[in-house]
Amino acid sequence: MSAYSMSELEYWNNKIEKLVRDAGLNCYEQHFEICSYEDMLCYEAYVGIPSHYPHWSFGKAYERQKTFYKYNLVGLPYEMVINSDPCIAYLMRDNTLLLHILTMAHVYGHNDFFKNNRLFKRDTRANLEMEMFKTHANRIREYIQDPSIGAEKVERILDAAHGLKFQISRNGVIKKAERKQLAEEENQPVPERLKGDLLAFLAVKGDLVEWERDLIQIVREETSYFIPQIETKIMNEGWASYWHYQFLNQLELPQGLHIEFLQRHNLVIRPHQGQLNPYFVGFKMFEYLDKQPGGREKIMDIRSEERDQSFIRRYLNQELCEKLHLFSYGIQGDDIVVTEVADEDGWKIVRDNLANSVGLGSIPMIQPIAVENGTLVLEHIYDQRELELNYAQETVKYVVDLWGGNVDLRTQINSDTKIISCSKDKTVTMHA
Amino acid sequence: MAIFKDGDMSSSDRSAWDRKRHRQLVEESIKKNLGDIIAEESIIGQSKDKKIKIPIKGIKEYQFIYGKNAGGTGSGEGQETKGQVIGKTNNGQPGLGQAGNNPGEDVYETEITMEELTNYLFEDLQLPDMERKKFALIESERKFKRSSFQRKGIPPHLNKKRTLTEKIKRQKMAQRNNEDSEEDELPDRIPFHENDLRYCRIKEDTRKHSNAVVICIMDTSGSMDQTKKYLARSFYFLLYQFVRWKYEHVEVAFIAHTTTAQEVNEQEFFHRGETGGTYISSGYEKALEIIEQRYNPASWNIYVFHCSDGDNWGEDNNKAVDLVKQLCNISNLFGYGEITTSMYNVNGSTIQKEYEKSISFDNFVIVTMKDKSDIWPAFRKLLDTESTSGGNR
Repeated sequence: MSAYSMSELEYWNNKIEKLVRDAGLNCYEQHFEICSYEDMLCYEAYVGIPSHYPHWSFGKAYERQKTFYKYNLVGLPYEMVINSDPCIAYLMRDNTLLLHILTMAHVYGHNDFFKNNRLFKRDTRANLEMEMFKTHANRIREYIQDPSIGAEKVERILDAAHGLKFQISRNGVIKKAERKQLAEEENQPVPERLKGDLLAFLAVKGDLVEWERDLIQIVREETSYFIPQIETKIMNEGWASYWHYQFLNQLELPQGLHIEFLQRHNLVIRPHQGQLNPYFVGFKMFEYLDKQPGGREKIMDIRSEERDQSFIRRYLNQELCEKLHLFSYGIQGDDIVVTEVADEDGWKIVRDNLANSVGLGSIPMIQPIAVENGTLVLEHIYDQRELELNYAQETVKYVVDLWGGNVDLRTQINSDTKIISCSKDKTVTMHA
Repeated sequence: MAIFKDGDMSSSDRSAWDRKRHRQLVEESIKKNLGDIIAEESIIGQSKDKKIKIPIKGIKEYQFIYGKNAGGTGSGEGQETKGQVIGKTNNGQPGLGQAGNNPGEDVYETEITMEELTNYLFEDLQLPDMERKKFALIESERKFKRSSFQRKGIPPHLNKKRTLTEKIKRQKMAQRNNEDSEEDELPDRIPFHENDLRYCRIKEDTRKHSNAVVICIMDTSGSMDQTKKYLARSFYFLLYQFVRWKYEHVEVAFIAHTTTAQEVNEQEFFHRGETGGTYISSGYEKALEIIEQRYNPASWNIYVFHCSDGDNWGEDNNKAVDLVKQLCNISNLFGYGEITTSMYNVNGSTIQKEYEKSISFDNFVIVTMKDKSDIWPAFRKLLDTESTSGGNR
């Protein structure tokens, strides 16, 4: 049996909850579910969603995670928490009591963030989300069971939609068009409303039948749900880590637990050499900002208003940059070379590079710009970063699947304009 | 106040369906990559139950991503200076800013047995069913065999000896009973009774005799360098696996030749190297000798394959051609695989040209292999010939 009892968890939870209230955090009702490690693996594969539609990629995620876990390449996450109202979090049964205390404190940080951050408030509806996933799952299962559709056809569309799932609006959920506007868009090859949202464009203009459009919309809606989390990874983890650190220090833990706490905490927020650990960056930034005069109030505002990109651009100053030993690197030939370090001259460049590459900044933007003789023309919005060509050539095939005709993708390689063309029969060519 | 819920201890396996589908896709991908896998040196000459590890390229989930010119940001120790090289892109050294934005390779190590691998391999060939039946008929042999006895049967199956034994047994028993009771005299003659009759039980012997023999001849002379030998071995290995997969009982003879030929065992055939000159005819002579001694063409299906780089000593060519003709006459299929790793004799060696010119048997086939990607196509070509001409001798 485990080394703790349920009542112990409740005892510590009550103490944490009191600290949460005293600190002025504003949370949804919190639900904790204790689960086995197999369940945890499963939740992880299905991005935490209790009821999710089937697709082989989740089976892959599960196998992969399980293999890694088996060979000790990764540990399981201590916790998993879902942006929903009530807020659901999973605790893994085999964890020690201290890990549970740490996790619970951490979860309240996320919970507060979900409830108060602007992006989450604007783009997700926490009280309805779990229902949405369930409805989607049911709808997709119906399509699979429909004798005139079946698993194979569903998979074809889902494969394509998953490949393009991040090619959706970056500025929040786009508004549904009014009937009048829809009628106007009927005759426009690329309606203005859909320019920044390739997936929505394909769902409307692609050569598809109704249930296929529905599948694409399902994938779109689910991605929209996750976008605030992608856009606030550093802040969200930093916020939760900062608060668990505060709370656990105030809990007056017995000495043994306290030492374990410090070990665990340091593991979570340690810098990853040469990489960027969001827990580390976020934690250090909030810790620094909280120490400034008027800091507490300020960080509350920040967690409500910012996303990673603006957070870094506004609050990562030279002092922080140096303290975190940040540097920019680039590729020269086969070498990875440090291009800029956080000194007097370079820190702003380092900061801006980081700001541009966080959240959706790590994903190239591909937009529909025109339809020429039935060929859909896409443009990669070029920002000095080139597309990975093997991936681009394969992904263009997905666009063809949904568009139902030829597709041209314009991009730049070595400062030359290149066009990747994919014909209806999936032959890909690249030309100037 | 938070709500605690102790999750169900019995775990529902909700990812089962998706895992199964993923597994299917991986298997499809294995089949697609078979050509590469079979050419892996490490699997050559493995026994059928041995588990081998093969790297499988994972099912990729393609998206639009940035390439490697994108660079990135990392945290270091504060000692980094501008222009410092902190790693290489191609060795995938972890911990240097690669993990986040590198497409990477999803490579799984999947363990499968040799048998599973051969199953995948030959399923992929999609041999027509017709052909398989034809072989099954030829190979099977029907016999009737007496086995044990029964009380009922038809007159032709009457077993007289056994019936008489039964009668004597009854007679002796009657005598013994008589002595005990000391009653009436026994009758002079005791006739056969219906209960004495014994019939033979006839069993149809459906054991299939797949009397096929595969004779693998390999040139192991000095001109066959490591690469060439490796290609030949891969090819034979495939062939050998195929034959074993197709026929339950099949005999295989391995012949290695330089200027003289020698029959060797499987282990030696796949693993040993030799040097010396080449008389191709020596290998053929040995094959004919083995056939004469052990495999009468009247009752054996004979398959002969020869792999060489075609670098034969000139004076031997005519003799070799003659022997090929002889072998073609008595075998179902004669395959000649020429391995040319050099670029200049793309049209085949002298001996290959000789063969092309003077041998016109339907069951003679020439395949050419240049590198390991040719193994699979060559193998298929060979089998195509088998399904059109094989077994029609």
